Amino acid sequence: MKKITFSLLFAAGIFLISCGDASQSSDSAGSAEQVVAGGQEAVQDDESQKDVVKIAVGSPDHTTLVAALKQAELVTALSNAGPFTVFAPVNAAFDQLPKGTVEGLMQDDKKADLQNILQYHVAVAVYKVENMKDGQMIGQANGDNITLTVKDGKVKVNGTANIVASIQASNGIIHVIDAVLLPPAK
Amino acid sequence: MKKFKQLAWLFAVVAFGLFGQQSCKPKGGSSGVGADAAAKAYVAPGTYDEFYNFVSGGFSGQMSVYGLPSGRLFRVIPVFSVDAEKGWGYSEESKPMLNTSHGFVPWDDLHHVALSVTKGEHDGRWAFGNANNTPRIARVDLQTFRTAEIIEIPNSAGNHSSPFITENSEYVVAGTRFSVPIGDNTDVPINTYKENFKGTVSFIGVDPTSGEMNLSFQILAPGINFDLARAGKGKSAGWFFFSCYNSEKANTLLEVNASQKDKDFIMAVNWKKAEEYAKAGKGMKKKVRYAHNKFNESTHTATSVIKEEVLVLDPKDCPDMVYFMPCPKSPHGCDTDPTGEYIVGSGKLAAVIPVFSFTKIQEAIAAKNFDGEYDGIPVLKYDAVLHGEVQKPGLGPLHTEFDGKGNAYTSFFVSSEIVKWNIQELKVLDRVPTYYSIGHLCVPGGPTSKPHGKYVVAYNKITKDRYLPTGPELTQSAQIYDISGEKMKLILDFPTIGEPHYAEAIPASLVMPKSKKIYKLEENKHPYAALGEGKAKVERKGKEVHVYMSSIRSHFTPDNIEGVKLGDVVYFHVTNLEQDWDVPHGFAVKGANNAELLILPGETQTLVWKPEKTGVYPMYCTDFCSALHQEMQGYIRVSPAGSNVPLTFSTGTNLPTDNK
Repeated sequence: MKKITFSLLFAAGIFLISCGDASQSSDSAGSAEQVVAGGQEAVQDDESQKDVVKIAVGSPDHTTLVAALKQAELVTALSNAGPFTVFAPVNAAFDQLPKGTVEGLMQDDKKADLQNILQYHVAVAVYKVENMKDGQMIGQANGDNITLTVKDGKVKVNGTANIVASIQASNGIIHVIDAVLLPPAK
Repeated sequence: MKKFKQLAWLFAVVAFGLFGQQSCKPKGGSSGVGADAAAKAYVAPGTYDEFYNFVSGGFSGQMSVYGLPSGRLFRVIPVFSVDAEKGWGYSEESKPMLNTSHGFVPWDDLHHVALSVTKGEHDGRWAFGNANNTPRIARVDLQTFRTAEIIEIPNSAGNHSSPFITENSEYVVAGTRFSVPIGDNTDVPINTYKENFKGTVSFIGVDPTSGEMNLSFQILAPGINFDLARAGKGKSAGWFFFSCYNSEKANTLLEVNASQKDKDFIMAVNWKKAEEYAKAGKGMKKKVRYAHNKFNESTHTATSVIKEEVLVLDPKDCPDMVYFMPCPKSPHGCDTDPTGEYIVGSGKLAAVIPVFSFTKIQEAIAAKNFDGEYDGIPVLKYDAVLHGEVQKPGLGPLHTEFDGKGNAYTSFFVSSEIVKWNIQELKVLDRVPTYYSIGHLCVPGGPTSKPHGKYVVAYNKITKDRYLPTGPELTQSAQIYDISGEKMKLILDFPTIGEPHYAEAIPASLVMPKSKKIYKLEENKHPYAALGEGKAKVERKGKEVHVYMSSIRSHFTPDNIEGVKLGDVVYFHVTNLEQDWDVPHGFAVKGANNAELLILPGETQTLVWKPEKTGVYPMYCTDFCSALHQEMQGYIRVSPAGSNVPLTFSTGTNLPTDNK
């Protein structure tokens, strides 16, 4: 319940930002007022299909991922035209990590590490399940590769994370996975 | 060289010391600009303008949209001319919009804009524009900023006195500039003008819900030139006023021969009465030919229908419908003030601005206070209908707009200035120079019952030395003046597309909330739409090959096509599967002789391609759509006429495998 509340708050936060953006200047002389900085996540649009960020924000199973994307300052990038393939671990997947891992990554001095991990969950291009092949490697946004295994039509990432659902977004596709992908050690 | 520069600097510094800052300013440009001008026109990045400014494109045939007060250009709406940027007139779907009784007309001349009104005030629904050369009226939908409908006007030539609009958008009008021979025999000697040539003013009904236009009736008029017009408002709402010149009925060298008389006319039409006559069957149905073109928002396709009849009302059979008011020297502008009481005539060659009183017009009609007739139409006595004259206001008055505070703003072409004057007292209050040779002008809401005031925008003919030169042809130009105080103050020059004539400005709040973001795929009824990648296919119908193609970031389906043969005509029907605002896709195939495509989210558009050589032709997305835009491409193979290469298509699977 607590997590769902957090998710809602985050969603509300996004819409609050959007309300402050690009306000109409009824008095041109006063239009030099500070413009609220916001990327494409702040665009007001209830007509278009949701992008990958808006879908994640709307999912109660992805509150940890959404909070992490925010902390890593990736919300603006993932609201872009893309196209993206996002491998989106559910909250339970983050819970499987050693105790304290997520909390540690959420510290400001670990932002680069968090960015590296999250970017390892994103590819620039749309990879649909039906086009995935056994042994296929995909270059991820952080520069490392993931490897797919396909067996009986089921796809596994790096031999550990199962694709349990896929959701089409306006700017790409989300594959929901049941484990967090960890970039190869350097 | 370096020394010379140093010397020049030294000289400049001394000159600065001697003559002060003024001497360093570029000539002409900055005079009369206050220190706070920049702040008044500044709209900070990421903030919106207060007004949309819909500006006619003149000889380009288009309508453009700017923000006020920033002067930023948002969009050129293609109306009467083809436009590669929007695919207008190139896609198979949009071509019928430019059809006329003369066939496809790719380029016309749009002079005036009329925004729809309800109870005399802007309602933000439609913008109408006129085609001068091949007479037509267009309706632009302000949800899509696309031309939704075009209707041709028969018995007309040079549709200049158009598209002015009544108080509740009941009618837009179309008065002919050229009088022409009307009827069955139009092959007559030109010098029989006085016997054979007639004018018309047409009333085009506007459906209050859909906006759809219908040529309701025409009024037959003497063979003179109609120039501009305005509907009445409030008490005068049932009337329309048309400025007319060439009451001399000259058919050659009008520059001289149409300027002989001291007075021409404003034609006052009781359109409510005309409407009654039309309904009562007083008109004659005349055989004509005109095109009526509509763009269907669910099939994304235009249709053009030729109509063959028009109802013509002859004032001879319809008493109390039309009157002439004498107006000095070739009147151009003919503008009604926000109350509807005053009608301002602007004689291009006159030394006064006459202001007519609607109350006095009604009294003169009731008292039959006439000064004879012109071609059987009663002429009202000038003094009987005159409120008064503004004496020596400037040279070459053209157009007048209003601020809703009892003031009028008139443009003067010859003396290059805007003059502010009080309507009631007929006194000049202020004048400012324009740079240079102003034509039309625009106050936001200026032609409505409730002007928004704040600015007056000048649309100029001559731009010499105002901007960096660009060869013999210079940018077109507008200038914004702040009119919130007693004195008009120039705050900004901005370039426009060619050539601005009339324009209107409307508060953004009346248009912006209704602006459409995407076309919904579930509402797409295009017969060749591929509503999903699974629906993409290629079909042969004899020599026609129809490609039902989809596009989505960042690929086409199909993107490999084989089995097309020389002699085939290939139809690429491309559906943009995006449901995301501001994500169009483009489509181009090498060697296409006619066009490319631009497809908005959720839309289907068609390109016809007739390959003339065998080989493999690349095709790609032309609208920078995504990070993998450069990957959005495909191939189509063209084989000889007798080839047995089967028709196949695929994406991602590298088919066909059996005909390598």
